[in-house]
Amino acid sequence: MLAVRDLDVFYGDAQALDRVSFDVDEGSIVAIVGANGAGKTSLIRTIAGMIRPAHGGITFRGAEIAGWPSHRVCNLGIGQVAEGRQIFPSLTVGENLEMGALLPRAREKRQQQLDRVFAMFPILEERLKQTAGTLSGGEQQMLAIGRCLMGVPDLVMFDEPSLGLAPAIVQEVLRTIRELNREGLTCVLVEQNVAMSLKLANRAYVLENGRITLSGTGEELLADDRVRQAYLGM
Amino acid sequence: MFTPMLSIWLNVVVQGVLTGLLYGLMALGLSAIFGVVRLVNFAHGEFAVVAMYAAFVLFRAFGLDPLIAMVPIAAVFFVVGFALQRMLINSFVGRPDHEQFILLVGLAIVLVNAVLIVFGPDAQPANLPYAFDSYEVGPLIIDKVRVFAAVAALAVCAVLFGFFRFTSTGTAIRACADNLIGAAVVGLDVRRLYAVTFGIGLACVGAAGSLMVTIADAVPSLGPAYTLLAFTIVIIGGLGSMAGALVAGLLIGVSEALAGFLIAPSMKSMFSFALLVAVLVLRPQGLLGKKPA
Repeated sequence: MLAVRDLDVFYGDAQALDRVSFDVDEGSIVAIVGANGAGKTSLIRTIAGMIRPAHGGITFRGAEIAGWPSHRVCNLGIGQVAEGRQIFPSLTVGENLEMGALLPRAREKRQQQLDRVFAMFPILEERLKQTAGTLSGGEQQMLAIGRCLMGVPDLVMFDEPSLGLAPAIVQEVLRTIRELNREGLTCVLVEQNVAMSLKLANRAYVLENGRITLSGTGEELLADDRVRQAYLGM
Repeated sequence: MFTPMLSIWLNVVVQGVLTGLLYGLMALGLSAIFGVVRLVNFAHGEFAVVAMYAAFVLFRAFGLDPLIAMVPIAAVFFVVGFALQRMLINSFVGRPDHEQFILLVGLAIVLVNAVLIVFGPDAQPANLPYAFDSYEVGPLIIDKVRVFAAVAALAVCAVLFGFFRFTSTGTAIRACADNLIGAAVVGLDVRRLYAVTFGIGLACVGAAGSLMVTIADAVPSLGPAYTLLAFTIVIIGGLGSMAGALVAGLLIGVSEALAGFLIAPSMKSMFSFALLVAVLVLRPQGLLGKKPA
């Protein structure tokens, strides 16, 4: 579904991604794990069209999308739940959700998606008129996921969805991701919580200093000595 | 029940409020552009002057009342602003401040000198037929033109607030101002929204300039003066706050009127700048501005 080939990304002279290649199959959950600063967010933002790669290809369902602006990438069905949630704090919850549904591909299905989001996160319906900045961290994460779903994505990249959340909420977010995947959503999961994301993933890649150093099924990586030592503290 | 002194004061204040609404509308455009595009339109007052001359010409040549000419002028200014942002300014967004400054100051110089070449340096009064009519309300004697212009300015502001509050494009523009990364994340076409915003900013100034012709003579040298005035208002009101721009516009209008009455009309800028300094010292984020996080 998504194929990334030899992606190079630079910030000025500093190289953030070095020949990164990976594949995402339709209907799967792919985890990308790595330490802070390994380039995970750069990778997601490059796929999303927010950063231009210096070199390399990104193919989504046969279309070569490297270098496309973000609004066109989104309209192909690649959604993003960004690091730090990136909601609109001074807009209401309802307006935030509306912003997710402005993509041409999503306009017709707006009401249907809204019902789906409210069924998944009833709290958002209760807080509809409330300013998003006043929500708790967990509620903001739900809003970020809900806002993304309003765009009717086929693939969603989750960037650190558990960051800064209480353990119980983290479980809920991961359960939501698994649920969405069962309903047919393809997921790319970038997480510092390595153990949890590897358990969830069909396939996983380890990103170190901008390079993919290891790949395999989630179980293989969970059993790998290097992963256990570096990321699981065992 | 009104002493003569009190009624003079009242008259001055009311006149200031009416003028202030025009200032507010002009500053609203600057504030919208800054709040969303994060770019300071150093050619703002110059655009106001171009609008004044446009309204002046339409009135002299076709007898079109500036209150009506405001609508087509604002529409043309919107298109100009949209195109300008798309073709020229967008490539400067995110560049260092001094590069943006040079671009827009350059634009300001071109605009003012174009007006000078076409119309010359002398003041051109529009001479509206009802320029000297007035309403008497109790102790108040209010110029008709000022009332009309102020009501028109209020109407434009109301339309603008409605647009930003209730339309999805308006909400999307607020979203860009609120969180630019978030806007890219959900797939808003930020560059298009910037162009719409710049168009709206210029439409405000186009409308304000057209209305200004009813109460002031058109002179090229007003350009830099209005740019400075719009800045003063936006900073007093709070950068990026549209309601703040309107409130500060009223405040400046009243302070100018009082200065003219108490001391001399030539002292009016002193009052505005004193207000500006007071705000910067006591409430640096502006009257309705948000504290920087």
